[in-house]
Amino acid sequence: MSKLRIITNGIIKENPTFALVLGMCPTLGTTTSALNGFGMGVATMFVLFMSNIVISAVARFIPNKVRIPSYIVIISTFVTIVQLLMQAYLPSLYETLGLFIPLIVVNCIVLGRAEAFANKNSVLDSACDGLGIGLGFTLSLTVIGLVREILGNGSAFGLKFITGDGVLAFVLAPGAFIVLGYLMVLFNKFVAKKE
Amino acid sequence: MAKESSFKNMVIVLGLICLICSALLALVYGVTEDPIADALVAKTNDAISKVLPEYDNMPGEESSVVEVNGKKYVVYTAKKGENVTGYAIESNAAGFGGEIKLMVGFDAASGEIYNVYVISHNETPGLGAKIGDNSPNNFKEQFRGFNPAEKVLRVHQEGGDVDAITASTITSKAFTSAVSTAYDVFITLKGDDADAVTSATSAKTNIGGGNNE
Repeated sequence: MSKLRIITNGIIKENPTFALVLGMCPTLGTTTSALNGFGMGVATMFVLFMSNIVISAVARFIPNKVRIPSYIVIISTFVTIVQLLMQAYLPSLYETLGLFIPLIVVNCIVLGRAEAFANKNSVLDSACDGLGIGLGFTLSLTVIGLVREILGNGSAFGLKFITGDGVLAFVLAPGAFIVLGYLMVLFNKFVAKKE
Repeated sequence: MAKESSFKNMVIVLGLICLICSALLALVYGVTEDPIADALVAKTNDAISKVLPEYDNMPGEESSVVEVNGKKYVVYTAKKGENVTGYAIESNAAGFGGEIKLMVGFDAASGEIYNVYVISHNETPGLGAKIGDNSPNNFKEQFRGFNPAEKVLRVHQEGGDVDAITASTITSKAFTSAVSTAYDVFITLKGDDADAVTSATSAKTNIGGGNNE
């Protein structure tokens, strides 16, 4: 597979949110606005990228039975490093995203890609996969967040275009499920047509 | 690909990974410890400067601790020359998703709230999180110039004069109660000042009657 194919694979064919349906907890929880979704996506992409590289490099030294705990330790190390660096050097960004960062450890996409891709492929391929899946996740979360923000709050990326509130249910948990469901239908319809 | 597992290599590999990871974390923690502390101080100073009227001292370095109803509160005093112009009081309350921490500034002369700054909160994004919102007509804007001696620091549903955020009554109540706690601290402070000068009015009567010296 060419490097570009691996990257686009993560955005469309194996889109983590709409096609693989992985990592639903942060997806539903953090997409209350487009910016929140985007921030969560970018933070996850960084961790996914780094952990894929390291895991693909060390996978052949790790005994089979302890591979999952090893991966978890590596992933959580990266998450903590991201958290500390952000807190120290980008405090204003940390204020908005700080809440979501520890959630990345339990995001099954990161572990899932380590299991399904990084431990069987070369370092470069794994880096591309991390980038692709990360981009797919970021795009999906931003779109879900944008739709929920427009319907629920009457704003897009924090810019309000109506006064007062929108349909508040879309900002709350039930709205997350409804928006996710409809977007999944649209996404799969579009992908099926293309094939 | 993956190696065969034996007790020995499992212990060695997992131990080694944990060792490397903890060393790495210790290193990053050591490097970031000071910048994180600096960022916190900068944030506190920023909060102080936003909630206080004019001053020419360094309120961030003139903090004192005031005890009201058994709880301790940090107070930063703003002075212009020798006159106290205002107090910034750190206050908190239990919100919907955790603690809400506020910096509430009072104008020492009029007793009005000068401004409120949200230091940290864990409220639901899109709902309760609006307390930290800085867009026009936001929730905390209504506290600017609010005089708790004339108006009631409670939400409308409880017979007060504060407009709650739609669908976030718990958050709005918590925010309001934190402001009201800060006001109690402010009254105590003013009471202490009065005591120092006249030693006539006790802090207790001041809480009940407002500025009736």
